[in-house]
Order: sequence, then structure tokens, then C-alpha cells
Amino acid sequence: MLLGKLTLDAIPFHEPIVMGALGGAGLMGLIVLSLVTKFGKWGYLWREWLTSVDHKRIGVMYIAVALVMLLRGFADALMMRSQLAMATDGAMGVFPPSHYDQIFTAHGVIMIIFMAMPFMTGLMNIVVPLQIGARDVAFPFLNSLSFWLLVAAAILVNLSLGVGNFARTGWVAYPPLAELAFSPDVGVDYYTWALQISGIGTTLTAVNFLVTVIKMRAPGMKLMQMPIFTWTCTWANVLIVASFPILTGALAMLSLDRYMDFHFFTAEAGGNAMMYLNLFWAWGHPEVYVLVLPAFGIFSEVVSTYSGKRLFGHTSMIVASGAITVLGFMVWLHHFFTMGSGANVNAFFGIATMVISVPTGVKLFNWLFTIYKGRLRFEPPILWTLGFMVTFSIGGMTGVLLAVPGADYVLHNSLFLIAHFHNTIIGGAVFGYLAGFSFWFPKVFGFKLNAKLGKAAFWFWQVGFYFAFMPLYVLGFMGMTRRLNHTDHHEWNIYLYFALFGALLIAAGIGCQLLQIAVSIYQRKKLEDNTGDPWNGHTLEWSTSSPPPAYNFAVLPQVRDIDAFTDMKEQGKPYAKPEHYDPIHMPRNTSAGVFMGAFATALGFALIWHIWWLAIVGLVGIVVTLLTRVYDNNKDFYIMPNEIAHTERAAADSRAKEAVAA
Amino acid sequence: MPNLIGRARNWRGLWGVLPILLSGCQGGILDPKGQIAADEKSLIITATILMLLVVVPVIILTFVFAWKYRASNTAAEYQPKWSHSGKIEAVVWIIPIIIVTGLSILSWKSTHKLDPYRPLESAVAPVNVEVVSLNWKWLFIYPDLGIATVNELAFPKDTPVNFRITSDAAMNSFFIPQLGGQIYAMAGMETKLHLTAQEAGTYHGISANYSGAGFSGMKFNAIATETPEQFNAWVAHVKATGKPLDAQGYIGLTAPSENNPAAYYTLAEPRLFPAVLHKYMAGRQSMAASDEEIKVAELSRVLCKTPTLAPVKE
Repeated sequence: MLLGKLTLDAIPFHEPIVMGALGGAGLMGLIVLSLVTKFGKWGYLWREWLTSVDHKRIGVMYIAVALVMLLRGFADALMMRSQLAMATDGAMGVFPPSHYDQIFTAHGVIMIIFMAMPFMTGLMNIVVPLQIGARDVAFPFLNSLSFWLLVAAAILVNLSLGVGNFARTGWVAYPPLAELAFSPDVGVDYYTWALQISGIGTTLTAVNFLVTVIKMRAPGMKLMQMPIFTWTCTWANVLIVASFPILTGALAMLSLDRYMDFHFFTAEAGGNAMMYLNLFWAWGHPEVYVLVLPAFGIFSEVVSTYSGKRLFGHTSMIVASGAITVLGFMVWLHHFFTMGSGANVNAFFGIATMVISVPTGVKLFNWLFTIYKGRLRFEPPILWTLGFMVTFSIGGMTGVLLAVPGADYVLHNSLFLIAHFHNTIIGGAVFGYLAGFSFWFPKVFGFKLNAKLGKAAFWFWQVGFYFAFMPLYVLGFMGMTRRLNHTDHHEWNIYLYFALFGALLIAAGIGCQLLQIAVSIYQRKKLEDNTGDPWNGHTLEWSTSSPPPAYNFAVLPQVRDIDAFTDMKEQGKPYAKPEHYDPIHMPRNTSAGVFMGAFATALGFALIWHIWWLAIVGLVGIVVTLLTRVYDNNKDFYIMPNEIAHTERAAADSRAKEAVAA
Repeated sequence: MPNLIGRARNWRGLWGVLPILLSGCQGGILDPKGQIAADEKSLIITATILMLLVVVPVIILTFVFAWKYRASNTAAEYQPKWSHSGKIEAVVWIIPIIIVTGLSILSWKSTHKLDPYRPLESAVAPVNVEVVSLNWKWLFIYPDLGIATVNELAFPKDTPVNFRITSDAAMNSFFIPQLGGQIYAMAGMETKLHLTAQEAGTYHGISANYSGAGFSGMKFNAIATETPEQFNAWVAHVKATGKPLDAQGYIGLTAPSENNPAAYYTLAEPRLFPAVLHKYMAGRQSMAASDEEIKVAELSRVLCKTPTLAPVKE
């Protein structure tokens, strides 16, 4: 009873593929840990990073998690494509459903919740406070806590690989399949608790950033003058605050069904599984806009920066994003037109969905007219943007087609659908994050990324995308449905091979990016950015040094224009030195977030395995750590004027050196 | 000039590829064999063309603008502050609005016309089929003909087929791609679908909603016979070779099994479908008003003995 349902049988010793993956991951982890130990960096890591409440460092850690999870999720993708390329003409391939069904579930959950979300949150963390001329977010400790909750959830998902198993339900975990009657093992519980814990973190982040943009904008910055990336993040945060509680509620009800014999979503005793579908997508559809709106913001920043021009229709962009936010809540039923709703209901939701393409189309035109009469520099971020504009147009079109109920009746759940949402999520959100990654990288680390490898990565991704997903559109037309383990249609084979080839090209793209990071670190002297403004940027993040000092701005900037930094440069006083510096009030680093994350991991693990004593320990640990933090009087400190003056002088010197060199 | 012609030839080459690509769709939704499927195909094509009207120009403009306003082309006009034009803003809002309005009208009309619940008009009497999705196979009950089958469905061509669909397992989606749209099969609920085949043939039927380990093998053949006589012969064959399917036989069928071959039954229990539909309410106070309803309620209680769906309890 001490270990609940957990026994030694939970570890899949008999599955060579799983054990191999575990061994590989364990080996890599050991290498990293021993390197940190060898160079004596544990203290540095703990003091400067893990316990940091600095939004920039938390942002970097978010993106680090996202990149690791990208590799995990992509490994799942490669396994799926390989299985489907092998399991043709009646062959069974290498992954039986018991394993394969976990792979596609994990792929979806990991890519959306643990890759895209943290990537987006990381960029938002780094950039938004800088863009609005703030010194940090409104609640720095809460920010650290949100991050560690995400880490706790990510640990749980990855634990399921070696201890027990993950859900075999698809990433949507529809009941009744996700109920005990059909999924009696711990897989669905790993799913629900991981999503619950990370969902709380996400909701807290959204609250944090909403307060930040409302209360902490630089003096003079009106709401409509906020930079477009900050605006799109703000809309995304509105969506998060409004939609994540629905997911929390739906998963809580599913857990009550599974743990306490409730009947919210069971077939029997008056439960209704379709209620779950409605609730899931009432969160799920806004969620895709949570992912893509900040990416739209990144494209806007990138296009206007690299075309050396003000963004066309800034207000129009804000309004369009707002329209997408509101409409995004009114379309969830298009995920299940085939449930058997009446024609009026289906037509309503279909048309509401199409209406979203209006503000989205407006955005595309606005990017086009930003390039119009500009001077476009073909750096990697702009390649991602142009690739997005073409790819996303196609993805948007197939999306509208799926929104026509009569078309959806034959395309629903087919590989056409799979192609469509990868077309928008990769071609929209992921391309955006990768553009943002290379755009803001020098701001965070003080040196640029190697452009050649960046371009190579782009081309592999872009071409790989078309090879991987265009065949899926065709397969959808040919009647291939999603989540199949094996097929027996000879004429499908060629398309499945192409799709695998495309996935391998994308793998090469990811390889180029990893290489790019390594090579750029090696060449960091050569790629150094001394100015803090490597791309001739428009907004305030470029007015600080790279990397920015802990306090971001020695003096809060005065804002008069949308492109606040361009305005300062035009006034000829971009780095005006004040007569004196005031002390800056700063939050102290704290380990409370790390500990609460650790307790949350224990709590989640205990709930999954019914280890009730550990659940109590986890819960009490969370509360006690929080209370300790709340009553801690030593939460802040001041950076003194002489130290600020010293830091600012160093930044000015490096700018001057750069100016002389130029 | 020769260069231009060469380019045109390249384009023609591309168009030549198109039919090959589409012919690859044989057996899929672009190769419809029924009226509903044909309407859905033409709807897809119409909607796609409407959208291409705006998508193609956007893609072309992306390339044209990106090339024309490249940094090295100093001959192009450069206006770093130009960021607003009432005219352009009006156009970029209005063009998508027009396209979406057109699509909306198309959607409203087609959604009603292609509503899976709408019975098909025909002079021929429809064939009624009751469908139950099980782990992991399809049970087809012909209530009027006194037969049932697993994973094989037959009906004459040009005859409307009225499906009443439910599930006695996880959710599935009943789908015959070449004959028309799909609809979910859900436990405790009934959905409807109306299809017809215009050409005789054997069509693939699948579950289009993942329902667990045996999902990939949840396939059936939908046979549209050339003549009603052939259909009658098929019915006679099922009757002659089929085992009787009663409540106990049905409970046996609910045990999970994969890749089931076609199987034939005679229907020994005429109330099977309504009883399966109501079994999730079995044990509740009966609302049964008529003698018939009381019999269905009794049968649904019997069906609950199936071990596969009972809530797991210690």
C-alpha cells in the first residue's frame, strides 16, 4: 500500500525500444549533469538561473524546455512516420497499437503543451517587459512559479515513458475511451495531471502579463501604442485567462469520473461524453489562437524591422487580433460537425469559423503592405516570415474548407485535417517562434546567430514541410483517416514514403538549428553585438544593451510613438544619459518556485499512482513553501546609483567602440 | 521571347501532372459513387476555387513584393514612414468579407442540403439499417429483413439507405468515403445518416474516429448490388447461412476482438437496437409507457450483463 498502484511491473523492461530510448535519454542527462559538476557550475546554475525571478532568464529557461521537448515530440513524429511507411500492404510495422497509440498521444500533447506553449511563453517573457519599458513583470516570483509548474508537468509526461505508460487516447482524451472502463491503466491520469499542473502555470502567467501590460507600461505609452508583439501576446493572455479554466474544469470532471466513480462523461448513469467534447474544444480552439497570435506579432515585428519601415496598419492589426480573440471563442463546434447537430447549428459554427478568416486575411495584406515600399533584408527571420506567408495562406484555405460542414463530413478526422493543422501550427506558430528566436537571440545573449546555418535550417524546414504534409492532403482525399496503426491500400504507399522523407528533411532542419547554436557560441566573438540594436529595431527592447542589465532600463523611457526607439533615434537622443540615477527596486531571487514545482511533481506522481501519503506530502509542501515565501521579509533589494552608472558606462563604451569600428 | 515560351511549356507540364495526382485519389472522396458524395465533392471544389481567388494573389504578391522591395534594389521607392492608407485598408477588409459572404451562403445552403439527417427523396423504398459500433467491429442489423451482419453491408444501388447508428463501446465514426459523409457512433445516443450508391460496387467502410487498440482493423465492405434481385439473393444467403443472434449472442459479440471477417446472423431478437441504445439507462426508473417499451427496457437490462462495459469496480 505504501506505493499505491506502483509495482516493478510498471517499468517496461520487456520493450527494447522504450528501454533504448530511456537509456539514451538517461545517458544524455548524465553527460549534462557530469559536465555541470566538472566545471563546478552547480552554484552558478542555482543562484543565477534556477532560482532567478528575472523575466529574461525565466524566458530563456522556458525556451530551453521547449527545445528539449521539441526533440522528444519530433522523435515521436519520426517513429509515427516510420511506422506508417513500413506498415503498408498489410504489414504490421514495428510498433504495436499498445505502444504506437501512446506515441501519437504523446506527440500531440508534447508539441502543443510542452513545446509550442513554453516557446511562446519564453519569447513573451523575454520581450514583453522590454518592449513596454518595464523592469520586470508585475509578479516576478509568480513568474518563476509558473515556469516550475511547467517543468513539473513536463517531468510527469516524460516519467510516463519509463514508469507505467502514457494515455492511448489521442491528445484529446475523449471519453468514454478515456474513462476507466476503456483505459483502466495510469496513462490517462498522467495526461490529466500533467495538463492540470501546466495549465495552472499557464493561467498564472497570463494573469501576470495582463497586469504587467496594464500597470507597468513606460510613461507616455498609451495602450494603442504598445508594440504589436506585446499586443498579440496580450490578446493571447486574454484567451488563456478565459479558456484555460474550462480545460481545468473538464479534466477535473474526467478525474472525478476516474477516481470517484462520478458519471460526468461516462455512457451510463446519465453521463454524456459529448459534454467533454464541447468543453475540451471550448478550450482547444482558443488554444490554437493562443499559439498563433503571438506568432503573428513576431511576424509583424520582423517584417517592419527588416523592411526598415513602420508596420502597415498598426491599429488595424490590433483590431484584427482582437476580432480573432473574440471569434475564437465562438467556433468550437467545428471540431465535431459529425456529432449529429442540426443543420442550423452546424451552419452557424461553420460560418462563424469562416468569419475568422477575414481578420486573418487582413493581417496577411498588412504584412504585404509593410513590405511594399520598404527595403527588405533577407535575414533568417524574414525567410521564416515569407515562408509563413505562403504556407499559412494554404493552411488557412484548407481550414476554411474544413469549416464548410458539407466538406467536413468527408474530410473530418482524415489526414487532410492532420495536414491542415500542421500547416497552420508549423507554418504559422512554429515558423513564428523560430523567426522570433533568431530575431531576439542577440538581445538575450549579446551575439547573433550564424545566418548561413539559419538559412539552411529554414530551407530544410520549409521544403521538408511540403514533402511531409502535402502528401497527407492527398491521402485525406483518398480516404485515409487519422491514428491508423497500419494500412492496406497499395496506392497510398508512395504518399506515405514521401511524408517520411519530408520528416527526415525537417530532422535535418532541426539538426541545422542545433548546429547553428553550437557554431554561434563558438563564433560568439565574431558575431558579437555591442550596440544592443543589431537590426536597427523600432521598439524599446533594442534601446538597452545586449544582454540587457538586470534592471532593463536605468531610467524608464518616455514614449511618444508606436515605434518608440525609432522615434528616439530620429530625435537624435537614443541613449540619453540622465544627470543622476535613482536606486532601482529589484526582487530577490527565490528558491520557492523550484520547491513548489518539486512538490507539485510529487503530488502529481502520487495522484497518478494512488500513493496517498505522498500526495498529502506534496500538497502540504506546496502550501508551506508558499506561506514561507509570503511571510519572508527579505524579498527585495536596491541596485545603487553608482552600480547603475558603472553598468551604463560599460554599455555606452561598447556602443562607442562599435561606432568607431563602423 | 523563347524564354517566355519555355516557361509556358513548363506550366503546361505542371497541369499535365494534375490529372495523375487526382487519379491517384481513386477509391477516395474525389471518386464519389453516390449522390451525397458527389455533391460533397463538388462543394469542396467550388469552395476551393472561391478561396483561391484571394489566396493565389496573396502568394503571388508575397513573392513580387519581397523581390521588388529587396534591400539591394535601390531603384525601388522607399517610404519608411508610409503605414496607413484608408483605401488599401478598406480594400483588404472588403475583399475577404466578400469571399466569406459567398462562402457563407454556400455553406448555409449546402449544410442543409447535405444534412446527414435529411432523408433522401426517392421513388424506391429505402433499406433500413441499424448500426452498432463494437470493440472493434461493426454490427449491421436489418430490422425489416430479420438479418444482421458483422463487417459487411449490402444494399441495391439507387436505393436510399437509412442508417440509425449507435455505439456499444467507445465513440466511433461511421464512414463510407465514396458514398458520402460520416457521423459519430456514440454509446447511449442515436445518430442518423442517409446515403445512396449510384453505381454498383464494393466500397470501403471504416471507423473514422480512433477507438482503441483494434481501431485500425475496424473495416467493413459496403456492397452496392446492381439489381434488387441480387440484394435479395444476398439477404437469402445471409438467412440461410447465418446463426441466430439473440441477447446472449449479442453479449458474446461485445467481447473485444480485432480484424473480424464478415459474419452473418438471423435476427432472433427484433428489439436489439433499441435495447442497446437504452442499456445505459437500464436500472433507472423505467419511463416505459407501452408494452413494447417495457419489453425493450427488460432486454436492455439483460444486455447490461456484458462484461466489457460495466464500470470497473473492485
